[in-house]
Amino acid sequence: MKIMAVCGSGLGSSFMMEMNIKKVLKAIEITADVEHSDLGSVTPDVADVFVMGKDIAYSANLPEDKVIIINNIIDIKELELKIREYFNKA
Amino acid sequence: MSNLSKWLNEEKIQYLENVSDWKEAIQVAGRPLLNEGAISQQYIDVIIQQKEDIGPYFVIAPRIAMPHARPEQGAQKLGLSIVKLGHAVKFDADENDPVDAIFMFSAPDSNSHIEMISQLAEVLSDDETMGRLFNAGSKEELSAILLADKAVN
Repeated sequence: MKIMAVCGSGLGSSFMMEMNIKKVLKAIEITADVEHSDLGSVTPDVADVFVMGKDIAYSANLPEDKVIIINNIIDIKELELKIREYFNKA
Repeated sequence: MSNLSKWLNEEKIQYLENVSDWKEAIQVAGRPLLNEGAISQQYIDVIIQQKEDIGPYFVIAPRIAMPHARPEQGAQKLGLSIVKLGHAVKFDADENDPVDAIFMFSAPDSNSHIEMISQLAEVLSDDETMGRLFNAGSKEELSAILLADKAVN
């Protein structure tokens, strides 16, 4: 299982999301590789799940069921909720 | 309690009651990094241009902007600068507008800012610290929050 945090530049917010995703996974006891990237470099095959802010989600060329969209990228509670939802469903 | 003091000093913490618009806010945030040679003017110009072209990609949460560009766009050294505005300005960022806390950073490559971004993420997700930061009404208050040693808290 590989999770990719994505933002416009691949430097700032995707990096923060990667760290928060790791914290959440630890808390909910799910093991996965987490990396970060910029929107321009991601293709559907590079990860199983993509986590990104709403601002870029609509321009991302990725299958809808592989994308977790978050509103506030530093809100760890929202992130946890959405990751939990995703894994319960999957 | 996180600690950003390693990357900050009095010059890189600014409080401004008013700016005319988001562009001025970005220019102000960039000035101390420009002065110490962490970035070139191009870095600031690129951020403003990208925001005009693709939107407010760096407004990451309500009231918070984290403007940055890529290393090859004029970042020479690792840098962090913080501006708190008395009167928040709009960045065309929907429900995250208006913004009054601006954290500009520069990174010369994709790895050297790992520790800084990790500490910044801690601060930004810490409701107590952010509450104090949003309420700060002077540079002195900001410095007390951001330059405080871990031991203080």
